[in-house]
Amino acid sequence: MHLAYPAVLAVLLFCVGLYGVLARRNAILVLMSVELMLNAVNLNLVAFDVWLRDRLHSGQALTLFTIAIAAAEIGIGLAIVLAVYRNRGTSAVDDLRDTAERPDGGDGDDGTEGAALDEPAPDEPAPNQASPKPQSSPTSQKAEATA
Amino acid sequence: MNLAAQHHGFLSPTGVEIAFLLVGLVTLGAAVVTVTTKQLVHAALWLVVALGGLAVEYLLLSAEFIAWVQVLIYVGSVVVLLLFGLMLTRAPIGRSPDADSGNRWVALGVALAAAAALVWVVVDAFRTQWIDLDGPAQGSTDVTGAILFRHWVLPFEALSVLLLAALVGAIVLSRKSDRESGRTEQESGKSDRESGKTDRKSGDRTRANHGTQAPQQARKEGTR
Repeated sequence: MHLAYPAVLAVLLFCVGLYGVLARRNAILVLMSVELMLNAVNLNLVAFDVWLRDRLHSGQALTLFTIAIAAAEIGIGLAIVLAVYRNRGTSAVDDLRDTAERPDGGDGDDGTEGAALDEPAPDEPAPNQASPKPQSSPTSQKAEATA
Repeated sequence: MNLAAQHHGFLSPTGVEIAFLLVGLVTLGAAVVTVTTKQLVHAALWLVVALGGLAVEYLLLSAEFIAWVQVLIYVGSVVVLLLFGLMLTRAPIGRSPDADSGNRWVALGVALAAAAALVWVVVDAFRTQWIDLDGPAQGSTDVTGAILFRHWVLPFEALSVLLLAALVGAIVLSRKSDRESGRTEQESGKSDRESGKTDRKSGDRTRANHGTQAPQQARKEGTR
């Protein structure tokens, strides 16, 4: 097999994941795109391990480690997203601009201006923001059940 | 390269190459749909197709054990975790118009530039290299197990510690606000310091909610 096939496929998958990380608004979709990027790296590792005929098979061992670390990352990431959602009522990454510095010296904490900038299409309000306060107790119980 | 590699060429692909190409096209298409669809649950389901296609690619590269680990870990657990995350954050079921942020075109430009540069470099670098897939499979479960527990056993054990730390961290992150909210309900007004802390936090929450929801509520009533 030509080595360019898996290498080019890995490059294209990585760039698709890069687009997803930069363009998506929901934090869970950003996590999905990160998974795509990690999988592109895994494909590269496996392909070059087979190509080099490594005696220690370091590519495949590193692929297994990457898969395990990706699983840990997705668990921690989802726990953080759920905690943010419970506290702020949203999981859109561009609404979370409390630490942003504005050019006029003010902090980015005034939510009205940011919300006016990031308003979705006006005909249909986002349903996850339409329900104001997430009920914390059943949500956390489900989170424990998934953990 | 050995003598058989002399007969390789772009214009005479082998069967493995054709299979790799077809599965790769399916994988890439599923990945593109994953990052562009407006329906959040469909994105997770297309991610299953992309990750399953990658497992088939691993099989074609004779990495058998990695392929089954990919199916077990990614398709089996990571996607299920993502679906649970979508469910717990009350993701909309239908089309959500705000799935993409405003910097989509900048992101598209960055991704296309990165893809063009990387494809050019990779194709130019590995134009004359072929993977020799003949002979015994290099990634069979036998070989991988022996290598993993003979040469890589120390990183393997360190990885188990990392997984344990991630498990404890996820539990702590999920339980923290639960305890605080329980304290808010049970001991409201008991202790001055605690109630001050919870009041500040709830004030924070209402301010954050106020900013994002007041225009939408007004707009929803306007449309009615």
